[in-house]
Amino acid sequence: MDYGHSERPAGARVLPTALKVLVAGGFGAGKTTLVGAVSESRPLRTEEVLTETGIGVDDLSGVERKNTTTVAMDFGRITISNDLVLYVFGTPGQDRFWFLWDELAVGALGAVVLADTRRLADCFPSIDYFEGRGTPFVVAVNCFEGARRFGLDEVRTALDLDPDVPLLLCDARQRESGRNVLITLLEHAMKTRDSRRRAAGGR
Amino acid sequence: MAGEDDPADEQWVDDHAGPVVRPYAVTRGRARPVTGSFDLISLVTATRTNAVEEAGLGPEHVAIVALTQRMQSVAEVAARLDLPVGTVRVLLGDLVARDLVRVQEPREPAGANDESIYEAVINGLRAL
Ligand SMILES: Nc1nc2c(ncn2[C@@H]2O[C@H](COP(=O)(O)OP(=O)(O)OP(=O)(O)O)[C@@H](O)[C@H]2O)c(=O)[nH]1
Ligand SMILES: [Mg+2]
Repeated sequence: MDYGHSERPAGARVLPTALKVLVAGGFGAGKTTLVGAVSESRPLRTEEVLTETGIGVDDLSGVERKNTTTVAMDFGRITISNDLVLYVFGTPGQDRFWFLWDELAVGALGAVVLADTRRLADCFPSIDYFEGRGTPFVVAVNCFEGARRFGLDEVRTALDLDPDVPLLLCDARQRESGRNVLITLLEHAMKTRDSRRRAAGGR
Repeated sequence: MAGEDDPADEQWVDDHAGPVVRPYAVTRGRARPVTGSFDLISLVTATRTNAVEEAGLGPEHVAIVALTQRMQSVAEVAARLDLPVGTVRVLLGDLVARDLVRVQEPREPAGANDESIYEAVINGLRAL
């Protein structure tokens, strides 16, 4: 892999870089399945402790008496090279945990919104969220058996998606398919970033 | 509640939330690290091959040093030790203060090299 080639002075230590992308979508849309399919090991789970006011607690003495919850996030790792690691985070349930989404979305390269055609409207909040934040995203229609097949045009219309948001079919259980979704996302994110730079008067 | 099952086991879990009954003895009641902020994807690498329990260092500290012989993110450390992220942040602060681990905060992907970073990720994914 060749990156950062010209700028790196010979002999300088390469700082390891971690990047992340998010996988969002409605309840049961296949987020955990997709995270697992693309990761190099089974999905890991981590927990954040939340109070009613948000992440973190100032004083943990007597924490049992406070109104706290843990939110589980599952995520996986894809080691690209010795010094480049991509993390894929499944976002926790919509609505209740927006502040955790905010923490996850900071610095994310982009997001995959998984859509289930049996409950298409379930992914509206995710789409609204990433649109509002300006996070580049793609919509992947997870093909469940028994679900009526919709044409991508129908889905795009139903979701009222911007024409430049990539929309594709996937099978969240298949590594190959999941990988394809991530590549589509990364290409889209790179393009989005380039056009924003140009609009901002950069190169 | 996590901890009922084998804590060392990476598991598929679909429930989003549950009540907290975790012991905070691990951090001795502290909620904030003495130093550092520790993003979920900050990368942690041990600076020593091992650490021993001593004043102020508990078994969890020692476990983190052992685990991060291979570079791991904060999220991975939390998941593999089955501890909440907040707890792990406190422990990492202690370890950074003692120079037992090195932490690389994520770089904003807006630096000079990011074009090539996107390309590196895309190529890396293609090669998987
Ligand atoms: N047939 C089929 N089943 C799938 C596919 N993706 C996921 N499933 C199944 O659908 C169910 C839900 O998938 P999950 O990955 O747990 O969905 P999730 O979005 O993480 O669910 P929550 O975290 O509960 O919101 C599981 O039983 C999966 O095995 C798919 O592409 N095709
Ligand atoms: Mg899930």
